[in-house]
Amino acid sequence: MTNAASPPRDQRPTPDRSSTVETFRYDNRIVRAFAIATVIWGIVGMTAGLLCAVQLFFPGANLDFQFVTFGRLRPVHTNAVIFAFVGNGMFMGIYYSVQRLCKTRMLSDTLSWLHFWGWNAIIVAAAITLPMGFTTSKEYAELEWPIKIAIAVIWVVFTINLLGAIVKRREKHIYVAIWFYIATALTVAVLHIVNGLEVPVTLWKGYSIYAGVQDALVQWWYGHNAVAFVLTTPYLGMMYYYLPKAANRPIFSYRLSIIHFWALIFIYIWAGPHHLLYTALPDWAQSLGMVFSIMLIAPSWGGMLNGLLTLRGAWDKVRQDPVLKFMVAAVTAYGMATLEGPALAIKTVNSLSHYTDWTIAHVHTGALGWNGMLTFSVLYWLLPRLYNTKLWSVKLANYHFWIALLGMMFYVIPMYIAGITEGMMWKQFTKEGFLQYPNFLETVQQILPFYRLRAIGGTLYLFGVWLMAYNLWRTARAGQFVPEEEARAVSWRSQTLAHAEPAFTHRWLESKPMLLAVCALIAVLIGGMIEIIPMIVVKENVPTISSVKPYTPLEVLGRDIYIREGCLACHSQMIRPFRSETERYGEYSKAGEFVYDHPFLWGSKRIGPDLQRIGGKYPNAWHYNHLDDPRSTSPGSIMPRYLWLLSQKLDTTSLPARIGALRRVGVPYPAGFENKALDDLNQQAGKVVADLKNGQVTAQPDRDIIAVIAYLQRLGTDIKLAPKPVAEAAGGLRAGN
Amino acid sequence: MIVIYLLIPLGIVTAAIFLAGFIWAVRSGQYEDTCTPALRPLIEDNPKNHKKANE
Repeated sequence: MTNAASPPRDQRPTPDRSSTVETFRYDNRIVRAFAIATVIWGIVGMTAGLLCAVQLFFPGANLDFQFVTFGRLRPVHTNAVIFAFVGNGMFMGIYYSVQRLCKTRMLSDTLSWLHFWGWNAIIVAAAITLPMGFTTSKEYAELEWPIKIAIAVIWVVFTINLLGAIVKRREKHIYVAIWFYIATALTVAVLHIVNGLEVPVTLWKGYSIYAGVQDALVQWWYGHNAVAFVLTTPYLGMMYYYLPKAANRPIFSYRLSIIHFWALIFIYIWAGPHHLLYTALPDWAQSLGMVFSIMLIAPSWGGMLNGLLTLRGAWDKVRQDPVLKFMVAAVTAYGMATLEGPALAIKTVNSLSHYTDWTIAHVHTGALGWNGMLTFSVLYWLLPRLYNTKLWSVKLANYHFWIALLGMMFYVIPMYIAGITEGMMWKQFTKEGFLQYPNFLETVQQILPFYRLRAIGGTLYLFGVWLMAYNLWRTARAGQFVPEEEARAVSWRSQTLAHAEPAFTHRWLESKPMLLAVCALIAVLIGGMIEIIPMIVVKENVPTISSVKPYTPLEVLGRDIYIREGCLACHSQMIRPFRSETERYGEYSKAGEFVYDHPFLWGSKRIGPDLQRIGGKYPNAWHYNHLDDPRSTSPGSIMPRYLWLLSQKLDTTSLPARIGALRRVGVPYPAGFENKALDDLNQQAGKVVADLKNGQVTAQPDRDIIAVIAYLQRLGTDIKLAPKPVAEAAGGLRAGN
Repeated sequence: MIVIYLLIPLGIVTAAIFLAGFIWAVRSGQYEDTCTPALRPLIEDNPKNHKKANE
């Protein structure tokens, strides 16, 4: 045990060294708890992903069971891997490294456990509510408002615990890893609250206070920075701690890490609009997103090189050590993904890649490579230390590495091929100027082999995680858990003050202003937003198209079922201004068409065709038969059957509340419309049923499917009613190639 | 797009917080020494507990 942790300190005149050395204990129990949760949720989340992947080439795999159908299962997968697997993984990494870097225990054990159990209870709540169809539909922010509030509360608990530990640290310098953790805590809170603002309708339903273009912009401002500040910054912090520890050599350049940190966090926050290139979002916002995305290459690659160059002269260790192997692969994958990201954010590239499986390949390079492998490496490094033993089997961990790498390759390479194939086929014209593949199904059939290969890759990767779980379990059994790890250090405060302060109380007082400032900041942000946002947004004067009208009550319920079933996981509602898209789908989408869409439903992936102009394209009976059995109308379709829509009764009890809530967020329903809504609904449902009868379909008017059909038939039809050829209200969009 | 009036100030406020953090970090001497901070995490371990862990 040495109490001279940093050399310069020895030169300082300290009167009585022995009295300033403090003995304290690191809390390993909380680290172990997060580690166990990481492994369990990793397996759950990846299994959900695999079930999703299988349904894409074998739609019957849901066994006609609505709770595990692709549209509802996809958010289970994404939320589980992002917030449960990576979430618990980052807390594991943070709680271990912050204590050691700051030479202190966390601020409070109570807060630590409140954080752990709160966070995992939220995950359980998500795993129950998402399959039931309680979703906001906003990607990676699907959880409904009661859970959203719980997330905000638990996040504040984490933030206070983290900042409290930093404030009472014994080590004066705040190592770069901690800077990344601070950025994570503060930024996620802001993003989560701003994007999550809803007007509640029932316990499990709320309407986003933003509509259409606004909602899309806020969502992707959030969505992209969820990637930045959940999947990237905490993991970069972990890279800066665990990679040097595992290699037993200092980070290549501490100076570079400083530049990396400040540049990265500053630039990331602006890059969100690159998710909306060529959509109805105004051009200048798209360009802003594109430019900042390209700039992101510099800090990202600075960080990647800093990690890899740390291993200069240690590559022999990489050959032996599975921990370092995983780290090298993770950092390399980070480099690949952060080069590819800016490339995809270039409008020209994006015009091909958007809505295709290329995006899926891109995120899985990041998720399987960067987040997955870094989590594995930290687990392999950490568990033996927590149990004061060696890893049970280095050989098995090496096998895991090669299986994971192979699994990742089998995942991403087929997805790249599929993505580029789709993108090219969608845009291909014949010499005569017609679409080469006018039937969307042709492009789906073409990529089915790649969907199968992807499922094999995912299976391999998941198998590797099981191997790791077994290896870690054997390691834990072989060792002896060290719940409280004793440590000794000299506090920088006692040194600068030249004499020993009697301790905690004084230091606590010293630190209080910063803690107060942080709490005040959070309070101000919450309070300020609640006041300001409704003022700006609800009363806004949005660029309207006069013929665009609010949805009828039946259509509102149909739209909410569309959200419940997760239709937007496969169907976009955003036709980009390309000839290949206007030929296939119809008139391109205008900003003014979405002013009553709370939330927006533009989607981000076309596993099936765009639905923006589906209204009026097919008769009602076609939709009925198609939802009953998609393959009866579209042979070869991979869409699941929606049998429960045919049998389930439409729930109209909350209809008046829904109309009222929509009016509150700015949809101009006339006063008292709540009371007439049910009559209006029954009338429209009767008309749909009567029309279905003409198409040889007998249906009851009080079923879910009637509302869905009414909604689909309304989609994109309003601008066709315009008296003159559509004149764009706000401008800003030009038809492209 | 009026929501940009919220997002831009929010972006600026967030960036300003980090700028303030940066200025504070520099002033409080966080970056006076860019050599030993990189070494410090490596030598903190208590040898009693981690004699031969995982090597």
